[in-house]
Amino acid sequence: MKTLPTTDVVIIGGGWTGLLMAKELGSRTALSIVVLERGGPARTAEYQRDMDELDYSVRLRMMQDASLETVTLRHTLRDRALPLRQHGSFLPGSGVGGAGEHWNGTTPRGLPDCFQLLTRSLEKYGAKRLPEDHSIQDWGITYDDLEPYYTRAEQLMGISGKAGNIRGKLLEGGNIFEGWRSAEYPTPPTKIPYFSVLFRDAAKSLGYHPYPIPAATNSQVYTNPDGVSRPACVYCGYCERFGCMIGAKAQPTNTLLPVIMKQKTVAIRTGAWVRRIVHDGGRGKEQVRGVSYVDSATGEEIFQPAQLIFLASWTLNNTRLLLLSGIGEPYDPSTGKGSVGRNLTHQVSLSAAEAFFPKPLNRFMGSGSAGITISDFDGDAFDHSKLPFLRGGTLLATSLGYRPIANFGVVPQSVKTNWGSEWKKAAIHYYDRTGSITLLGEHLAYKGNYMDLDPRYKDHLGDPLLRLTLDWRDNERRMAEFASVKAVEVATAMGATAVTPFPGLGHYDARRYQSTHIQGGAIMGASPERSVVNPYLQHWQLSNLFLLGASSFPQNFSANPTLTILAQTYRTADVIVDRYLKTPGALA
Amino acid sequence: MRRREFLTLSAASIGGALVYSLDRKAFRLSAEDKLLRIPLRFFTEPQALIVAAVASRIFPNDDSGPGAREAGVVVYIDRQLAGPYGRDRHRYTQGPFEDGPPELGYQSSATPREIYNEGLKGLAGFDRLKPAEQDAALKKIESTQFFSFLRTHTIEGMFCDPMHGGNVDMVGWQLIGFPGPRMSNYRDIDKHFGEAFRPQPASARETMDPDITPSEDLE
Repeated sequence: MKTLPTTDVVIIGGGWTGLLMAKELGSRTALSIVVLERGGPARTAEYQRDMDELDYSVRLRMMQDASLETVTLRHTLRDRALPLRQHGSFLPGSGVGGAGEHWNGTTPRGLPDCFQLLTRSLEKYGAKRLPEDHSIQDWGITYDDLEPYYTRAEQLMGISGKAGNIRGKLLEGGNIFEGWRSAEYPTPPTKIPYFSVLFRDAAKSLGYHPYPIPAATNSQVYTNPDGVSRPACVYCGYCERFGCMIGAKAQPTNTLLPVIMKQKTVAIRTGAWVRRIVHDGGRGKEQVRGVSYVDSATGEEIFQPAQLIFLASWTLNNTRLLLLSGIGEPYDPSTGKGSVGRNLTHQVSLSAAEAFFPKPLNRFMGSGSAGITISDFDGDAFDHSKLPFLRGGTLLATSLGYRPIANFGVVPQSVKTNWGSEWKKAAIHYYDRTGSITLLGEHLAYKGNYMDLDPRYKDHLGDPLLRLTLDWRDNERRMAEFASVKAVEVATAMGATAVTPFPGLGHYDARRYQSTHIQGGAIMGASPERSVVNPYLQHWQLSNLFLLGASSFPQNFSANPTLTILAQTYRTADVIVDRYLKTPGALA
Repeated sequence: MRRREFLTLSAASIGGALVYSLDRKAFRLSAEDKLLRIPLRFFTEPQALIVAAVASRIFPNDDSGPGAREAGVVVYIDRQLAGPYGRDRHRYTQGPFEDGPPELGYQSSATPREIYNEGLKGLAGFDRLKPAEQDAALKKIESTQFFSFLRTHTIEGMFCDPMHGGNVDMVGWQLIGFPGPRMSNYRDIDKHFGEAFRPQPASARETMDPDITPSEDLE
């Protein structure tokens, strides 16, 4: 193995959190920083040529190559896990920018009570109302701790939206259920397409509180505090699974990379496939010493020593690298001991109602976050005393931009065939007359949903794959049922002539794309017994190792995670500059 | 090296179309061409005729408009199977291969190429059956992976960008009013409420870059 000269900082992963940390430390310190990214270099200039549904949305050219590495899945401890042989329910990104390049840019904040979910739920409902095998926890930080960093993350990306609560003052037209915010959004809401306008008017007529989806697809030209400018969105409809052709959607490569490229202290090494974090085995004040990786171009094994390491390689790989490196005690669901791998959650993301309309909707136009949502059934915004589940989610009418391969063939239930003349005629008629009302709901943590290393399947280098043990519980199934009833009511009020409700959640289905919002495995918390990192995202035992990203979430809140992981990364950057570098060691 | 196979079709059946040759150079048919010989990359000609016939039952040319034959769906499927998709270039294909619950997805070791080669054996003579007999034959295999591929790939071939060999002359996009990738909808996104807004379709090569290379042509 070749050993390279020591660097001050190694950051594993060149996505949103890794590059934000590189930018912050590169701007505010003189540290030498190496970012190791296992995918390829930034392709921002190519995105215009990528606007091809088949290669990018269907064949997933921007995603990690599943032939090299995937995960295995089983529903319960009693089952045998099998590999997910192709991507399905979530889509890990690859290359500089990571999944932050192909996202939709939906950027809500988490609700304040989510950060103290266990405490608040016990206060409000008592232990008996919580699901029997839950493992929900508090985060160890509060919404108030995070608020200034949420604001910074919104300013970084120029989020377009309408505030609903500025320092406690509720504002009509915004989300009146959200936590307080110190400032209005940096840019006004995006334009709202027809389908979402129908939803807004119907929701209002039913007494709900519709508001524009907070969007990283800017409504107007915006220059952020780093001096980086991006243009206004043109609603081409190619966000999800694509990079933005004009850079209106905030992406690590157009928001962070322009700053990093000017920093002489930051180097980004692509094709660097990290296999292990190397640490002092044994006693006392343990430290990580560096990382070993394979240079994908040459196959050479390389050791990169470093003083300070950030693991920022997305939820699943963060947990996998800890397990492969023998860092921390793996979680054992039968005893409840150990912390690495615990509290795996996804998001209850589904089409709560598929609505069919008499008039065309021009759905080819849109953008990843252009749309309307309601939070009237989110969190504890509504009365659960007579309902058979806890928590909830937002209902959204998005206008992502319909593309035909993915969307052709959706017909009302009255059509009984799915090929041939009758189906074809109905599918053509309804192609531009359909729309989904989406639920983005909370997924609670359970003792039996966790990650460990698979005993049988390996990646292309011979390292064990990560094994997910994951299934829905009745709380999520009943929430989905409830949300579907509400969504059908809204769809009917929108003027839909036929509505298909959600068929039911059943078992976790890896074939249906849900969202790329997987959380947990290296969770944060107030005590080292039940969490991997402290409230500053610092590893409890190895004080020069920090873990960034949604691997730190003790459980899913309904909100999409990107804004929160950026806010947390800012908070960690601050504590490193203000405290850690002056006095290295445990911060909590 | 396999013998070079061609699919011979009447030019009228594929509508005056732009088709791409095996050498990846575009040519346009002229009206006087009576027969069209399309070089095949994966199928034999008898296989291609069966796949074309199946696609035409899944997505027929009928009162609601042109179908799979006019869109060149069989040419699309032929190229996909010849390319990285057909040989599972990006699928995790390490063993052991075991059956599991359906929610874990497709688990077989069989590649799309193998599924087609095997499935087509069971449809010998299909292209010479009457439409009602063809539908009856397809009903019998409706629950198979092979049919699932045929249906999915037919939809893909109807609506893909024309550079992939299907959706010839954007016939599929015209059926449903999809304009292809557009540089801007900024002025239209919040207008045309309740009315069909149907810009003239244009392909990625026309709108973005004439040199875009699809995945199946990269190797």
